[in-house]
Amino acid sequence: MRLKRPSIPYIIWMVVFTMIPIVLILFSAFTDRNGNFTTASFVKAFGYFDVFLKSLWIAFISTLICLILAYPIGYIMSRQKKSVQNTLTMVIMIPMWMNFLLRIYAWVTLLQNGGPIDTMLSFLGIHTTLLGNQGAVILGMVYEYLPFMVLPLYSVMAKIDNGLIEAAEDLGSGRLTVMRKIVFPLSVPGIVSGVTMVFVPSASTFLVAQYLGGVDDIMIGDVIDRIFWSDNNTGSAIALVLMAAILIFLIILNFFGDEEAIA
Amino acid sequence: MANNKNDVIISLRDIFVEFDGEVILNHINLDIKDKEFLTILGPSGCGKTTTLRIIGGFLEPEQGTVTFEGEKINGLPPYKRNVNTVFQKYSLFPHLNVFDNIAFGMKIKKLPKNEIKRRVKEMLAIVDLKGYEKRSVSKLSGGQQQRVAIARALVCDPKVLLLDEPLGALDLKLRKNMQWELKQIQQKTNTAFVYVTHDQEEALTMSDTVVVMNNGVIEQIGAPADVYNEPVNAFVADFIGEANILNGTMLDDCRVKILGEELECVDKGFGQNTPVDIVIRPEDIEVVKPEEAKLVGEVTEVVFKGVHYEMTVMCKGCEWIIHSTECSPVGSKIGMKIIPFNIQIMNKMFLAEKNTFYAEVISASEEENKITVKVEDSEFDIENYYFETGSTLEISLPPRALSIAGDGVGHIDDVYIESVIFKGEHNEIILESDEQKWLMQSDVDEQVATYVPLKFDFTQAEIKLKEGANET
Repeated sequence: MRLKRPSIPYIIWMVVFTMIPIVLILFSAFTDRNGNFTTASFVKAFGYFDVFLKSLWIAFISTLICLILAYPIGYIMSRQKKSVQNTLTMVIMIPMWMNFLLRIYAWVTLLQNGGPIDTMLSFLGIHTTLLGNQGAVILGMVYEYLPFMVLPLYSVMAKIDNGLIEAAEDLGSGRLTVMRKIVFPLSVPGIVSGVTMVFVPSASTFLVAQYLGGVDDIMIGDVIDRIFWSDNNTGSAIALVLMAAILIFLIILNFFGDEEAIA
Repeated sequence: MANNKNDVIISLRDIFVEFDGEVILNHINLDIKDKEFLTILGPSGCGKTTTLRIIGGFLEPEQGTVTFEGEKINGLPPYKRNVNTVFQKYSLFPHLNVFDNIAFGMKIKKLPKNEIKRRVKEMLAIVDLKGYEKRSVSKLSGGQQQRVAIARALVCDPKVLLLDEPLGALDLKLRKNMQWELKQIQQKTNTAFVYVTHDQEEALTMSDTVVVMNNGVIEQIGAPADVYNEPVNAFVADFIGEANILNGTMLDDCRVKILGEELECVDKGFGQNTPVDIVIRPEDIEVVKPEEAKLVGEVTEVVFKGVHYEMTVMCKGCEWIIHSTECSPVGSKIGMKIIPFNIQIMNKMFLAEKNTFYAEVISASEEENKITVKVEDSEFDIENYYFETGSTLEISLPPRALSIAGDGVGHIDDVYIESVIFKGEHNEIILESDEQKWLMQSDVDEQVATYVPLKFDFTQAEIKLKEGANET
């Protein structure tokens, strides 16, 4: 039964930390420095259209790689004994206990010229620059957000009763057919929430590209970060456009999955 | 239909299964004939579901062969076997509707679309779910889900349909209906059914053949009436139907002594003065005047059961159950007459009268008159006895000297309760430890198939040096 009485603490929380900031952003996006109504900020925001597209592209690729890596991990985890499942969940979580910046620095150290990976490749006769390109940015993002893909996939797959898999085998399906006809359709909610949890933060992330990427590899999050102090009207406008883009993405995604994924 | 009814389709030979050192199936043999309704009956943990999983291909036996129409199918995965299963929890695919659930197997076999449609429709008619094609399976009742599960398995036209306690989750009335329907479906489709259940009534009503299992072994295979009327041992008698099970002595062929009275029976070949188990069904006891029968008892309780009265009668310290259409009031003295044919004699499940085992003395103290012994990895003290360290003792304990440690601290831990049978005056409990079986008498009801700490009362023990050893 739905609770009729409004949950007051939740409402206060939402108003103070979500509604008020959004209203402030809306206000500053549609005004100039003196508080007069204008759409000039949006015109300026469109100057960053290419960065915007690139950010969405990097986020998309990172999400895709995360999904490809996480799907088998989640499936294998979900078919283990309960105790093994708990240990594996722990192992997936452990890197998240470390500070985000530290982990990015660690990658800088690993990838930089003269770093361990570069040195090893030099021995094999491969001379290349690992740091300061789009590949490094994507690597950082995948590393950063992989747990957010694994965990929802795993928790949905763990709920798939082994009996269903046995029933499908009993009715004549080999392993691949079981995956295609049973596991995949039943894991769609996990895919939807995993994609949401990776795509949304990676589209708006900042710092990763600054540390791992080159001069051109700047993402929209970094732009907002930089511009906001000098011109908060344009910053707000970009943030608003980004929000709208993500919202559209979520609505499309929601079309495939269930309602739980959004929110 | 009758012409090839004796053809064996599946046969299990010498099947042995072990999980974590625990024997689940202990060298069982079983034949499943074409078109028969075979029920595997037994208490939980007896290995019946494991047997079914071996036939279905979900589990590989450690030893033994499974043959299908004469061909060995060990190692063949489930999807290559011409056998389908109805699972205990139905396991319907939640993302598919009724039609797609039933069509699942045929779609994998890539049958033509119109054939699939036709067969699903036919099958829905058989299971009485016409017009349910588009329904979501999660919106169906338990009984309907059950029938979809049966249709999904049967539509693949298997030689054998395996059913794992399929009616367990249904309420009593629905279960009765489904029992009848299942039997109808089995006859309409002419398929062999292997049905696993712990419900003896279900087994008796539906089956052509009943297989009674306990603790990883098959106790008896036979037609329902045979298993009921001529159980091979006290376990089967107790598990199937209600029974008075008593200790007796077979004096000679056709002569048995029960509670000090000599009665006539029809069984032969047990030898002379052999301790036996005796089963007498409650409906086979005729209530007569006290002077007309050898066994006389006093009615202590009467319960009206609709068709008959169930009377509890005390006779020479033993409790008897009698079913009769005529009521004898509580407190009245009655004679219990049993015709020889209705006295069923069975070999005892535990042959010895006492528990005998060997123990090694690992330390001893003469002044305290105490020894510490080791039995099956357990070590404990025995007081008021002294033997040299290193000697091997033969200890024998009567069934009364064994008990289950109420405080959880026993002499031997984790002993498995294999069977509990009420013998009129006490429970006779057979326990199994790592290396041997134990016979215990108890006034307390214990739960079968559990692990308990076993305690010994050494004041009733007979302890001596093992013969032929320690002479030097």
